[in-house]
Amino acid sequence: MTSIAKPAVRHPGLKRNALGFTMRDYEGAMSTLCAGCGHDSVTAALVQACFELALPPHRAAKMSGIGCSSKTTAYFMRQSHGFNSVHGRMPSVTSGASAANRDLTYIGISGDGDSLSIGLGQLCHAIRRNVRMLYVIDNNGVYGLTKGQFSASADIGSTSKKGEANVQPPIDPVLLALTLGATFVARGFSGDKAQLIPILKAGLSHNGLALVDIISPCVTFNDHDGSTKSYKFTREHEVEISAADFVPLRREITVPDTTEAISTITMHDGSVVRFRKTHDSYDPTDRAAAYAHVRACQQRNEVATGLLFLDEGGLDMHAVAKTVPTPLVDLTYKQLCPGNSALQALMEKYR
Amino acid sequence: MSGINDFAFKMATVNGTGSASANSLLMQAIFRMGIPVTGKNIFPSNIQGLPTFYEIRVSKDGYTARPQQVDLVVALNPSTYAKDVASVTPGGYLLYDSSWPLEPELVREGITILGIPFGKMCVDTFQGDRNRTLLRNIVYAGALAALLKIDMDIVGQLLVEKFSKKKALLDFNNTAIRLGYDYAKTNYTCPLSFHLERMDETSGSIIIDGNAAAALGAVYAGATVGAWYPITPSTSLMEAFGAFCRKFRTDADTGLAKYCIIQAEDELSAAGITIGAGWAGARAFTNTSGPGISLMQEFIGLAYYTEIPAVFYDIQRTGPSTGMPTRTQQADLFSLAYASHGDTKHIVLFPCNPEECFYMSVTAFDLADRFQTPVFVASDLDIGMNDWMCKRLQWDDDHTWNRGKCLSANDLESIKKFSRYLDADGDGIAARSLPGVHGNGAYFVRGSGHDKHAMYTEDSDAYQEVVDRLARKHRLAATVVPAPEIHTTPGADIGIVSLGGCHAAVVEAIDRLRDAGIIADYMRIKAFPFDAPVRAFLDSHAVTFVVEQNRDAQLRAMLAIETGKPRDEMIPVLDYGGMPLTAAVVVNAVTSHRNTSTFAVSS
Ligand SMILES: Cc1ncc(C[n+]2csc(CCOP(=O)(O)OP(=O)(O)O)c2C)c(N)n1
Ligand code: SF4
Ligand SMILES: [Mg+2]
Repeated sequence: MTSIAKPAVRHPGLKRNALGFTMRDYEGAMSTLCAGCGHDSVTAALVQACFELALPPHRAAKMSGIGCSSKTTAYFMRQSHGFNSVHGRMPSVTSGASAANRDLTYIGISGDGDSLSIGLGQLCHAIRRNVRMLYVIDNNGVYGLTKGQFSASADIGSTSKKGEANVQPPIDPVLLALTLGATFVARGFSGDKAQLIPILKAGLSHNGLALVDIISPCVTFNDHDGSTKSYKFTREHEVEISAADFVPLRREITVPDTTEAISTITMHDGSVVRFRKTHDSYDPTDRAAAYAHVRACQQRNEVATGLLFLDEGGLDMHAVAKTVPTPLVDLTYKQLCPGNSALQALMEKYR
Repeated sequence: MSGINDFAFKMATVNGTGSASANSLLMQAIFRMGIPVTGKNIFPSNIQGLPTFYEIRVSKDGYTARPQQVDLVVALNPSTYAKDVASVTPGGYLLYDSSWPLEPELVREGITILGIPFGKMCVDTFQGDRNRTLLRNIVYAGALAALLKIDMDIVGQLLVEKFSKKKALLDFNNTAIRLGYDYAKTNYTCPLSFHLERMDETSGSIIIDGNAAAALGAVYAGATVGAWYPITPSTSLMEAFGAFCRKFRTDADTGLAKYCIIQAEDELSAAGITIGAGWAGARAFTNTSGPGISLMQEFIGLAYYTEIPAVFYDIQRTGPSTGMPTRTQQADLFSLAYASHGDTKHIVLFPCNPEECFYMSVTAFDLADRFQTPVFVASDLDIGMNDWMCKRLQWDDDHTWNRGKCLSANDLESIKKFSRYLDADGDGIAARSLPGVHGNGAYFVRGSGHDKHAMYTEDSDAYQEVVDRLARKHRLAATVVPAPEIHTTPGADIGIVSLGGCHAAVVEAIDRLRDAGIIADYMRIKAFPFDAPVRAFLDSHAVTFVVEQNRDAQLRAMLAIETGKPRDEMIPVLDYGGMPLTAAVVVNAVTSHRNTSTFAVSS
C-alpha cells in the first residue's frame, strides 16, 4: 500500500486557537493516498478550517462511505469519532447519528462514485431531509480506489488514461443540489485552499446540509491531458462566481477593508458570511439565478466555484421532526419509559 | 364438534367495502362477553375490489389457531361463492344477500342456506351509495348477533364508544344493526344450535395485533429512533410506534418530540439510519419484511463486524421476491440468522404472539446493547397484523434498560489507551464509547479489516483475533437469549419442535393427538443461537417433528447445522401456502407418519 507523509502543514509557533489546541491537534493518522492526491489537500483545508473555528474535536464526528476520498476521515481530527461505513451510504448513517445526537458537528466526506453513482439516492434524500452536516464530495471524475473507471461526474469527452472518451452525460452535484432544495451549495478546488477554507467554515456553521463539491484531482488515474478533472484543466477553467469570507461569531466584525460591494449573511449561530461581488448581479440567495449561472458556466466549459447558494432560513431535519432540543441520546430511561400505570390505562383500549 | 362457544364463522366480502369495522365489532363483542375469540384477516394485496375474508373463531377452551373449517359463512362476494360454500362444515350454514336471486353455486347438500336482503334493506333505509355500502356490513353484523346470540347491549355499547363524537353515524349504525337483528329474529330460528353464552374467560386479556404490541415494546424499551420504508405487513408497526410516541413521548410543556421517526427512501437507508443512530448511542430500530431484509444485507454485516447495536423487526410474508405480500410465512429464518456476506451470525428472537412481541421487543433492545450487535425480531404477518387475544400486558416499574458496556466520560477520563475491540473481561464483549462523550474514547469505525485496537489491518492473525472473539460472543449469547419453552410428559411417544406463530396450532394439535393416544413432548424455540437444552431435547426423542411455515425446512436445517443432530432424524412438517397454521396440519402429519412407520405409541 502506498504510504506518504502528509503534505506539510505550517505550524507558526504552534499557534493556539480559542480552545488552546494547536493545528496539530486537528490532524489525524498518516495519509496512505498517492502523493499529490487532491484529497490530501482537502484534508489539510479541513484541518485548518476546524482549527480556526476552534471546533472541539470530541464533539465532531467524521462520516464517510468507501473510496480513496472516504478514507480521508482517518487523516484528520484523531480525537473525533470516525465512521467509515459502506459504499454510498454515508448519508443515511449520518442521518441516523444526527437523529440520535443533534449536538455533534457532522463532517461527511464522500467521493463522486460514492455520492453520484451507488449513493446518489442517499445524497438526494439527505439533502431533502436537510440533515445538519458538512457534506464534502471529493470529486475526481473517477473511481480512484478501484483504479480509474469513469464515475458519474466524468464530463462528456473527458478521456481516460488509456485515451477513451467518456460518452455519458455527467451528474453535477451542484446543479443537482440546487434543484433538490439544498440550503447551502458550494464548489471548491483542492488546489485553491484560500477559497476553500472559508467555504468549509461556513459549511460547518450552516444550519442544515452544506454541500461542498470539491474538484480534487486523482493524480494516478485522471490527471492527464484530455481529462476535465485534472489540476491543469481545473486551473484554466475555474471561474469564481461568488467569493465568500467567513467571520466566526467570536471575532469582531470589522468594516471590510475594501471598496468592493459586500453583502453579508448571518448564520444561525451568529457568525457571518461576507460575499464579495466577483460577478455582476450574482445573488447567492437566489436559487434560480445560481442555477442559471452554474449552467451557463458549464455550457462555456467553465467550472463555476465559490459559495454558490445559501439559505440560512431552511428547516433542518430536527426542526421538521419537532424533536426536543436535548439530544435523544441524553434522555434518561425514566424520561422514555411511560411506566405501568400508563400501560394499564392503555390496556383498557384493547378490551 | 361445534357447539356453545366453540365454533368458527367467516365473512367473505370484497375489499374496500368497509367490512373491517363490522368484523372487529363482532369480535370485540364476543370478547366482552367473556368468551375466548380470535380473528384472522385474510386480505388481498390490493386496495379495492378483490376478495377478502375475516375468520372468527370462538373457543371456550382458549384455542387461538386458525380454524380448519367454518360453521357459518357470510357470503357477500359472488366471485368467491364456490370456495366459500366448500369451506363450510357439513351441517353448517351459509348466509347470503337475498336481495338477488340465489345463485346455483351457493347451493350445497348438507348445509342450510339463510337469505337476508342486506342490500335491499340498506337501499330502502339509507341515502347515498357510500352509506348503503358501508352499512350493509353492520346489517350482517346485526343478523349474526341474532343467529349467534351476541349480547346486543354490548354491541350497542361498542357503537357508542366508537361513534361517541359522531351522533349521525351512531344513529345510522344502530339502525343498521337492528335491521339485521330483527330480520333474522323474525325469519329464522335464533339462535342457531352453535352459539354464544356468556363466560368469564377474558377479563385478564386484551385483543391486540403483534405490530402494535411490538411497537409498544419498543417504546417501553426506550427506543428513540425509528427508521423505515413502507412495506406490508410491517408498516403498521412504525405507525403504531408513532402513535404511541405522540401519546407518551411528547414533552408536556413544549409539545416537542422525544423520539425521531424517519421514513427513509428505501430499506438500505432505513438500515443505515438505524445503525448510525445505534452508533451514536440511541436505541434504534427498523421494521421491514423479506424484500427489505434482502436490501439491508450489506449494512447488517457492517453492524455485525463493527459491533453496533440495532434492532430489526422482520414481519415475514410469503415467498421469494415480492411473493404474496398479504400472506404469512416463516421463510426468512436463514436470511436473518446468517444475514450478510462473510462469516456472520446473529441473534434472532421468535415471538409466538403479540404478548411476546411486546416483551421480546424489550429483550431485543437489551440484547442488542449488551452484545453490541444487530438483533432480529422475527414476527410474521399472522402475528403482526391479526387480532389476537392474549394476556393483558404488564410492566415492572423497577425494570431499567441494560445498555451493556458503554463507557462514560468519567471512565474515559482515566483511560490511557482506549482499544475498542479489546476483550478485557474475557467474555467476548469489548467496551464501547459513544461519539461526543470524551476525546479519549475516539476511535474509527470501519467495516474493513481491523484489529482489536480498531486500527486498519490486513494481517491474518489480527483479523482472526477479532472474528474469533465475535464467535465467542455469539456463543455466550446462546446462553443469554430466551431459552426454549419445553413441555415434557414421562413416556412421551414423540417430540415436536416449532417456533413463532406456529405455537397456537401446535399446542392445539398436541391436545388432539393426546385424545388420539399419542403423547407428544414439545419444544418451542424462542431464539437463535441455540444452547445445550435444544440439542438435549432433540437427542431425547427417537422421533421428532419440526413444524414450520416454509418450504425448505429452514428451522430443521438450522437445528442440524448448529447442534449436529442429523437432519434426517427430524421429520419436517411444512406448511407454506401463506395461511396461518391450523392444528389439523400438525395432527395429520403426525398421524399419517404413525400409519406409515413404527413409532411406539403409549396406551
Ligand atoms: C457495494 C460495493 N460495491 C463496490 C465497491 C468497490 N468500490 C470501492 S471504492 C469504489 C469507488 C470509489 O469511487 P469514489 O467514491 O469516486 O472515490 P475515490 O476513490 O475516487 O476518491 C468502488 C466501486 C464497494 N466497496 N462496495
Ligand atoms: S488513486 Fe487517485 S484518488 Fe486514490 S489516492 Fe491515488 S490519486 Fe488519490
Ligand atoms: Mg472519485
